[in-house]
Amino acid sequence: MTATTDLKKIVIEPVTRVEGHGKVTILLDEENEVRQARLHIVEFRGFERFIQGRPYWELPVLVQRLCGICPVSHHLAAAKAVDLLVGGEELTPTALKMRLLMHHGQFFQSHALHFFHLASPDLLFGFDAEVAIRNVIGVAAKFPDLAVQGVMMRKYGQEIIKATAGKKIHGTGAIPGGINKNLSIAERDELLVEIDQMMEWGRGAVKIAKDYTVENLEKLAPFGSFDSNHLAIVRADGAYDIYDGGLRAIDAEGNSIFDHVDNQVYNDYIAEEVRPWSYMKFPFIKSIGPENGWYRVGPLARINSCDFIDTPEAEAERRAFAAVTDGKPCNASMGYHWARMIELLHSIEKIQELLNDPDLQGEDLVVEGKRRSEAVGIIEAPRGTLFHHYRIDDNDQVEMANLIVSTTSNNEPMNRAVQKVAADHISGVPEVTEGLLNHVEVAIRAYDPCLSCATHAMGQMPLVVEIFDHAGELVDRKSRG
Amino acid sequence: MSIDCPDVLLICYGNPGRLDDGLGAAFAEGLQGMAPAGVEVDIDYQLTVEHAAAAAEYRYVIFVDASVGDREPFFFRRLVLEEEVTFSTHSVKPEAVLAMASEFFGAEPEGYALGIRGYEFNDFGEFLSPGAMGNLTAALRFMLCVLEKRNFSEVAAEYGGAVAGLNGEMKCKTENT
Repeated sequence: MTATTDLKKIVIEPVTRVEGHGKVTILLDEENEVRQARLHIVEFRGFERFIQGRPYWELPVLVQRLCGICPVSHHLAAAKAVDLLVGGEELTPTALKMRLLMHHGQFFQSHALHFFHLASPDLLFGFDAEVAIRNVIGVAAKFPDLAVQGVMMRKYGQEIIKATAGKKIHGTGAIPGGINKNLSIAERDELLVEIDQMMEWGRGAVKIAKDYTVENLEKLAPFGSFDSNHLAIVRADGAYDIYDGGLRAIDAEGNSIFDHVDNQVYNDYIAEEVRPWSYMKFPFIKSIGPENGWYRVGPLARINSCDFIDTPEAEAERRAFAAVTDGKPCNASMGYHWARMIELLHSIEKIQELLNDPDLQGEDLVVEGKRRSEAVGIIEAPRGTLFHHYRIDDNDQVEMANLIVSTTSNNEPMNRAVQKVAADHISGVPEVTEGLLNHVEVAIRAYDPCLSCATHAMGQMPLVVEIFDHAGELVDRKSRG
Repeated sequence: MSIDCPDVLLICYGNPGRLDDGLGAAFAEGLQGMAPAGVEVDIDYQLTVEHAAAAAEYRYVIFVDASVGDREPFFFRRLVLEEEVTFSTHSVKPEAVLAMASEFFGAEPEGYALGIRGYEFNDFGEFLSPGAMGNLTAALRFMLCVLEKRNFSEVAAEYGGAVAGLNGEMKCKTENT
């Protein structure tokens, strides 16, 4: 083993264009070979404690405080669990479709933002391009239509969320057993005005991602790539579904690990490992164990895992995507971008379908049934499978809460991606350039991680740095924020 | 002065579930029903790219957030466009919002930042610390005066980009003009 003193440490901090603060450490030996590369995630702990003792009906609103990035995902996952607590196993058509519309609005805006403003600078200008042009203003200068499309698509998704959730912050749309409003004719008509434009831009976005991937396949296929398991929920008939379904896990070859697992028993199949060097947990499939049981979630895992997509244009694109790997799962990290745009197209197809569905103007909004004391709500958030698990006491107060967020599931895959890119692109290179370092970030960005459900006050975010010597003794500790 | 359509947009942001990070949202709530004509108030968890589209429609845009800087009870400063815009997923700096309003939509609103000093961020909780509450009161009093006069540039310049140490008793400069 090389002594610590012989190693050179490169720190990339923060990872730009990735949510919150992450820190990448790359340990080089005296030959400039990568010995270790890790993504460290600064994550707030204590949310479960924060909601303990709160009445269950507050959960769908309360959990939105957890994350400013995907509050809708937490809102809906909690609502699904709370539905079960009040015996609302089957929602009314209006309630279900309002939630679906909200959810697809969130997917549409989240994916548009990621692709057009975060990923596109890397894709359009190349991983080695200067920082001065490899940014969103650079995109606007060279491809002004794309930059504006991204903003307008994001805005459209936000308008859908506002119409269904009630407001942008602290949305109250989903309530125990249903929804608190339907979609008025005026709201519907306003959203329909732009639907054709959004469809056209959605098709264009898939084309950009597909063309880019196919044209650069030789470079992208090995970039940050590694075999992995994949996890997602799927509908009973195997269809892609982001709101409800059983858990499906497949291996790197597409073989089934488990299928149609009831959400309520997820913890019979999934466990979480704690590692001393990371704030985040590392979930894994129990039957395989922590070493090899980790899995990818998110767009790539969903497109790999489903049997089909139930909207025609996205299904055609899914088939084209699958054809590249002869129907086997795609295990290339950069495949996330294309998969993400297929999902964006599916969401706008679904939005169009839902807006034309008269059930959205229905008046039957809430159901109730036999109360239970423990429930799990699982949905697919834009970044991957999201688990909300609650137990309440006889006073209707939360006694136990466990959340597994998407980025936690992708923790190990992102670390693998960093390791692979570091080994392929940094090992043996005497000079570490900005472009080279950006390769590492490109790999992380493919996963669209939400690294911190963060406070973001003007100034600095909370951060703790600890230094340990080779014997594991803490020799220094610095904190800020 | 009669204002036919809104010319000022206040974008108040932060997470009310993170103690003093909720200062932006609390500021928006405090302004409810008190803001003069022509002022629109938006509230969000974070700044994102679509705020550029909104900002492009106004003459003045004021970003209101919690601050962890030294200035108490708050600072108020003019913003300059950020030439090199890199941002983390979904979260954008005010300067970047202005730059995108300019680049994407050809609009150049005057941008200002009101940073209200907060103290407690490292936990979950839906309340403000006592210090932040005092700073919020001072910031509201200040901003109501400035909104009335629309002399943002003058006020920001007067205080050299910052307003500090007035312990919640600050007098709006416009009161004496």
